[in-house]
This record gives sequence, C-alpha cells and structure tokens, in this order.
Amino acid sequence: MKLNSDENTQENRQEVPVQAPEPTPEQASEPTPEQASEPTPEQASEPTPEPTLEPTSPPEKKVETSIAHELAKKQRDIGVAEFFARNRHLLGFDNKRKALMTTVKEAVDNSLDACEEAGILPELFIEIIDMGNERYRVTVEDNGPGIIKEQIPKIFGKLLYGSKFHSLKMSRGQQGIGISASVMYGQLTTGRHSKIKSRTSRNSSAQYYEVSIDTKKNMPLISKDHEIEWDKDHGTRIEIDLEGSYVGGALSVDEYLKETAICNPHATIVYTNPKAQQFIFARAIEEIPPPAVEIKPHPYGVELGVLIDMLSVTESRTLQSFLMTDFSRVGAGTAKQICENSALLPKTKPKKVSRDMAEALIKGIKKTKIMAPPTDCISPLGEDNITKGMRKEINAEYYVATTRPPSVYRGNPFIIECGIAYGGEQPGDKAARILRFANRVPLLYQGGACAISKSISSISWRPYGLNQSQNSPPNGPITIFVHMASVWVPFTSESKEAVAHYPEIIKETKLALQECGRKLSSYVRKKKRVKDEIKKRSYIEKYIPHVAIALQNLLGYTDADEMKVEESLKNILERARGQVEDLKFDPTKNADFDEEFAKIGKGSIDEETESDSDEQSDD
Amino acid sequence: MNPTIDKIKEISNEIYQDIISDKQPTVDMPLRSLNNVHYDPEVGYFELNGKLKSRTLTASTIKTFAQSLRMMELSKQVVETDDIVTKREAYYVSKNWGEARFKEQPESDNVMDDIEAMLMTNREQMGFIPEEKGGDIAGQLKVIDKDPDSGAEIKIDCTKMGSGAYSVPSSVEQLGFETKAKFILAIETAGMFQRLVKHNFWKKSNCILVSMGGVPTRACRRFIRRLSEENKLPVYAFTDGDIYGWCNIYRTLKVGSGNAAHINQYFCVPNASYFGITTNDISEYKLPTHPLKDVDIKRGKDALSNDPFIHAHKKWQKNIKDLIKLKVRCEQQALAAHGLNFVMSDYLPAKLENQKDWLD
Repeated sequence: MKLNSDENTQENRQEVPVQAPEPTPEQASEPTPEQASEPTPEQASEPTPEPTLEPTSPPEKKVETSIAHELAKKQRDIGVAEFFARNRHLLGFDNKRKALMTTVKEAVDNSLDACEEAGILPELFIEIIDMGNERYRVTVEDNGPGIIKEQIPKIFGKLLYGSKFHSLKMSRGQQGIGISASVMYGQLTTGRHSKIKSRTSRNSSAQYYEVSIDTKKNMPLISKDHEIEWDKDHGTRIEIDLEGSYVGGALSVDEYLKETAICNPHATIVYTNPKAQQFIFARAIEEIPPPAVEIKPHPYGVELGVLIDMLSVTESRTLQSFLMTDFSRVGAGTAKQICENSALLPKTKPKKVSRDMAEALIKGIKKTKIMAPPTDCISPLGEDNITKGMRKEINAEYYVATTRPPSVYRGNPFIIECGIAYGGEQPGDKAARILRFANRVPLLYQGGACAISKSISSISWRPYGLNQSQNSPPNGPITIFVHMASVWVPFTSESKEAVAHYPEIIKETKLALQECGRKLSSYVRKKKRVKDEIKKRSYIEKYIPHVAIALQNLLGYTDADEMKVEESLKNILERARGQVEDLKFDPTKNADFDEEFAKIGKGSIDEETESDSDEQSDD
Repeated sequence: MNPTIDKIKEISNEIYQDIISDKQPTVDMPLRSLNNVHYDPEVGYFELNGKLKSRTLTASTIKTFAQSLRMMELSKQVVETDDIVTKREAYYVSKNWGEARFKEQPESDNVMDDIEAMLMTNREQMGFIPEEKGGDIAGQLKVIDKDPDSGAEIKIDCTKMGSGAYSVPSSVEQLGFETKAKFILAIETAGMFQRLVKHNFWKKSNCILVSMGGVPTRACRRFIRRLSEENKLPVYAFTDGDIYGWCNIYRTLKVGSGNAAHINQYFCVPNASYFGITTNDISEYKLPTHPLKDVDIKRGKDALSNDPFIHAHKKWQKNIKDLIKLKVRCEQQALAAHGLNFVMSDYLPAKLENQKDWLD
C-alpha cells in the first residue's frame, strides 16, 4: 500500500486521467483518491481536459522545454498490478521455490480467516501436483462461508482489493494483495487463468469462475463464469497453475503447513505434496478462537495523512463527535481535551479542517492523556496450546510457555507469546531453532530482518545455561517459539516475512523470553546438579574396587573379604548421598510427540543434500 | 618387622575395620604448612603444632583414598623386597592402577607427602627416593660407603676429586665420615662452588665445601646435619643477598620446611650460621645490584608476618626490612666486580673473622 503510492509519485503522477474515468465502485477503497487531489505538474503534455497549474515552462528556456516534452512522451501510467508484476519479490515471489510457498500461504491464510470469521472449524484440503517442466498446480479448498458471486472476480483478480486493510482487527491477511498476486504470478509464468469454485450455502448454487488480471488496469479478466455442481454445502476452492520449484527442508511448503498446524490447533489440514505423500494434520482442539473484534484506530497511532483522509470521509458533523465516533478510547471529555490542547473548537466541521489544523490536532492528541486501546480484541494462542504444539513437534525434556499481557505500539494493541522446548533429541551444538509466528501465520523467511530474531539475539542467554556468541541467538538443544498477535502486525514488506523493529515489540518479546528463560534456567541448574551427583556416584563405582584391592594386598585377606569390603563401601557411600531424582531424558515420556509429524519439512536424506544449498541461497 | 610396614598395616587395618562395621573410615594426618609449625631457638628446628587434617572417605575423596592405599601398598612391597622407587617411577607404577592412576607427577608426589605425614616417617624409610641429587662435596673429608655389589667398605676421599666433586646420594643414613676440617661451607650456587674448588679454597681454609644448588634437598640437609653433628663442625651458609636466599635456602637448611615439618627433626642443621651477603654488605662492599622483583617483596612480607623462624630473630627482620626498603637484591657472584678472586682473598676471610656480623 505504502509502496504503491511512494513508487507511483516518483515515477509519474498521471494516475488520475487513466483511473478516474473507470466507474467501478471499488475505486473508493483504492489508494488512488489521495493522489487524485494532488495537482500534477507534468499534465501539460497530456491531452486532458483538466486545468493545469503550470501550463508550460517559460519560453526563454526552449532547450529544456523540448527535453521536458521528450521526457513527458515516455512518461506514462504504471498500473499497480503492472508495478507488482515487475517487482514480484516485494510480494514474496523472489524465486520459484518461494513462489510456490507464497501461493499456498496466501490461499491458506484467506481460508483460515474466512472460516474463523464465519465461526466454522476450518477444514482445509491442499494439493500440489507436479505437472512437469517446473510447473505446479496448487489447489486449496476450504469449508468456509464462500464468496458471493459478484465479489469472486475482484477478490481473486484485482490487487489491493480486500476487507482487511481498512479495519483494525486480528487477522492473517491485511492488505488484500496476497491471493490476487498469486493469481497474477500464475498467469505471468504459465499463461493460465486461475479456477475458482465457491458456494455460500446449500440454498444457492456453486459458482465457477476462470479469472486473470489485466495488469495495466488492475482489473479482473473473466474468461469463464457459470454455475456448477458441487457436493460441498459451503466453501471455496481455488486452483492456480504456476511455475515453481518444490524442495523439502526448513523453507518448504511442508514445513510451512506443519507450523501452521502447530499454531492453529483448531484446524484440520489435509495436504498432498507433489510427491503424492499425504499428510493429515488433525485438529487438536474443538474450540474456534474467539472471533476477532474490530477496533477503531487509537488516536496515538494516527498519522497526519490518514487523519486528513479520515476527516474528509467522516459522517460526523463536529470535530468532537468525529473524535468520539471514529477513534477508540475517546469520550466526550477526552475529545474536548484534545480540541483544547489543539486550540481548535470542538464544533469545527470536520470537512473544514485544513492541513495546518490537522497538524495542530495531531500535536493536541500527543499532549492529551488517552487510555490505552482495548486489548480484548486480540486472541492469543495461550500457554497450553503453545506447549501442546511444541510437544507434538519436538521431543524435548522441558517445555515452558508464557503469554504476556497486552501492550501497545503506535496505538495498536498487541500480545507477545513465547515458548521454549529444551533438551531431549535436539542437537546441542547448533544454534537454537526459532519458530516465528504473526497472527497464527508461520514466518519462514527473512529471519535476520525480524524484530523477533533481534529480540532473541539481544538477550543474554548465558545465565539461562546456554552458550551464545555476541549478538547471535543462543546455541544449544533448544527451540524458541514466538508469536505476535495484533490488530495490525507491522511487517517490513508486503510479503509479510519479518516484523518491523518497534521498540515496544522488542521490549515485550524480550520480557516474554526472559520469563521463559528464568524457568528454563532453574531446570538447567537442577539438571546440572543431578548430573554432578551422578558423576560423583559413578566415581564411587569406579574407585571402590581399588580401595578393596589395595586393602586386600596390604592386609592379605581373602577374596570373599574383598567382596564384603566392596559391598560395605557401596552401602556407606550411597547412604551418605541419599536419593537422586532421575532427570535423565526419556524419549518415550512425551506422549504427544509425533515422530512422523516432526519429520515433515526435514526431508529425507537425498532431499536434504540438495535442499541445503538452496536454503542458504534463499535466505 | 620394619616399623614402616607395621605403621602401614596398622592404618590400613583401621580403615578395614571401619568399613566392615559400616562406618565411614577417616584418616588423620598433620597439616603440612607453615601455619602449623612453631619455632623455639632452643630446640633449633620447626616443630609441628597439633593441627590435623582429616580425610573421611566420601564420594569426593574416594579417588585420593584409593590412590593413597595403592601407594601404601607399593611402599610395603618396596620395603619388603629392600628395593627403592623414585618419585617419578612411583608415578609410572600408578599407570597400572586403571582408573586410580595419576595423570601428572605432582599428584603422586602430593599423595606420597600425605602418606609420609600420616605415617610420621620420611619417604626414604618408605622406600621412596627423590629424583634430584643431594648436592656436591669437595674438601677435607673422607666418606665411608659400601660397594653396592660386594658390600665391602670403600672410602671416598673428597680431596682427590680434582676439579670435580663427590655427589651426595639420595639416602645418606648408611654413610660414615672421617674429617679434620674446621668448618663446613654450604654454598648456594654451583658457580661459586666451582670457583672455590678451582682455587683449592678448602685447602687454605681447611674446610668442607658443599654445593646446595638452590634450596638444599633433604639428603643434602641430612648429610650436612650428620657430618656437622658427628664431627662437631660449625656450618656456614653462603647465599645470594635476597629474600629467596635467606628465607627459602638458609631457613630451610637451618630449621626445615613447613611442608616436611613432621621430619624436620632429622632434616635440618640447627647449628648453621649465615654469612652470605647481607643488606649491610651491599652498601659496605658497594656491590652491584638488581631491582627487587614484586614476588621477592611479597615473599619478604610473607616471611615477616608468617615465618616463625623470622619471628624469632630480630636481626633477620631488620635485614629483610632494610632490603625491601632499598628495593634491590645482590647475587654472590657480584663480588667478582672487585676482582675474580676477591671472594677468597677478602670477603670470606673477613666474614670468618667477624663472628659478630653473622646472622643466626
């Protein structure tokens, strides 16, 4: 969204003439209206009926004028879709391998969001078919509420069309780019249209569409559109053909879906990979997470541009009522206070607020004490679910999890949760494995750029009994799980792979990790004590015979006496030490551990070798 | 029966009885440190205080315990067969003890010292001998020894060693002496000893020269002790003018060490006097010096506060304090600055005459 406007204003400013004539209703939801109001200097060269502010350059500078005209001829509109088609890496289509994963991810995110919004326990069927020549067919089918006929082409065939961008609530999707970008990528690499099937209820018939995107206009192109028989009562199914590459390993679709299952224990996911292996991630809990509550923006988080925008579209008649109705945590008193601090009259008409006044309003907001935003709009996973998920994936000795109380960054409430699995079958000489999640979506790429990784590296892990080099994650038999839940997760890019470095987020993450770390350290210390004790006991075993043999040689007693000495010594020494708690790792103790599950994404040996080099080049 | 073997058997039997009656066995041994000795000038050597170190058999001491018993076993075997084993050899023997073997020789030396103290005997009685040699002798002395094969008596004339010297064996109890010398001169460095031998200083002064080579070994101390006691010879020590020469070399020669306090009685030379280089000599003879190192200063301050021998002698305290004040030290070879043979022509004769300058 931001990218779109930044890039466009730089490259050219003729957004208006091309887009304005299109009478589509969804235009209102597009970012373009902002730009439409801006005067554009280069319009002189275009045959538009609009009045121009600077018709031509002064006549005495003829040479420059002609160059400007030359340049102007080349300058033309860049459609948002065209822009993203060129810059596909911004959306997570950097390479073939990632493209395949991103496509699955976008479809799965949408399906899970839709099911949860409709209060349906999600049941997802995902299939990837290898069509040869590096082409794959991705099919994702859900049991969600379906999509009404008119919306289908726009949702899948138009970038930046969606319901989530304008609302503040905890959901996987945010921008309305994802699935349509996948459709576009498929179309660009295979020339094929995506096939969509959707049904909203038993009473209506299922709709079938074949859709692609007009990248110049960012509009859906519909090639087929008819009713179809479907044995499902409600749900949506999308089929996209695309160029991709399927490799196992830590960055694979397999791993992604497995982590999705860990973080979404209420979902059932049936997945068939290109090798025709089928995985069934059955749901572990029957409760749907409480529906996400939409909240209004908090005054502290609002920026000038957004505020001007909000002022221009509000239905409120006075500034005071605008503040009260369009923001959270603003009552009559607070609204008056803000107006007073901004030196504005509460009765001012919002439409009459100028840019300068809006700026004063922002300053006034900063000066006013306003209650933190409501936090009941976020549903964390909970400590139980985190440990449950980790137990399934990792056969460790010790699990701990913590959910922090809600906190706020830039006016957006968020919750950080973290879990640690320690010891067991995990390798002790490698860097910690880090599982990152944002709004229940696994983050596999861009670990280095993520606030979560930064928080992990900036904590001193040595006091918790782990090795660590400076500014790196700890080394040792440990897996660290971090989940950020928020009404708006601040990603560093549209491909949603890394959380931006907000100090509040880093602080909360560190607090959560430290909380787990403290519990871990008491376990690690206890383990060390037991280990020392066992070592001492082995000492006893080792040296008792020497005492006995030496005494026998010194005093010349019989072998039977020697045995007796050994036995007595054992009794004496072990009586002095007392009982020791057995902390030895028992691989069978963790009943939740699912070995088959844990293997997913780790690849078989032949896969591993080829995937290793690939992983490095990817990340 | 040999008293050492009796003692070994007695201690191991106590341990055995404890074990079979289900008690944790404990052994006591004197604490081997300067803190556990006292000095009475009348008696003449460091004597043990009563402080004991108890070692109870627990999981953390069982290794040392097993090693000590094994070492006692080795000692018994060596004594019974009238053999000897050097400290280094004992360390190698332990390699057959499986898990109870020693990793480094200092470990085995330490266990050996513990047993020695526990038995209140000296390691030579236990059949253990040190690797180091006992010192070099030249001068008016005939040592009476036995031929190792035939057992026939042999006499070694220390005046006929030419430019070499007689080497003190690691065990000296069997030796006899014949001498008409007037005194024994115990010298710190081999270099100074060589000079005095080369110029037949012993002939001119009618004495016996001993090269101690640093801190005198037990054998060297025992040799000087017996030689001086049996022939009523005074002993004069000639060392560098520094804290090490005084507090380590001379003090150990005269009164023994903290580490071997249980046997000092036999391994010291209470009638030794010091006429090596003093703080006073440094200024009097205008001798070249080196700066005193920090470790030397520390050693001096330790001696002033902890060494019972220094406590008993005001003159020594003054000598050390003065040196620390000057912050210099002086080697015995520094006398060469006044001529190579200045030490024989002037320094030593002057020392011999001025008895009141000597330090106890």
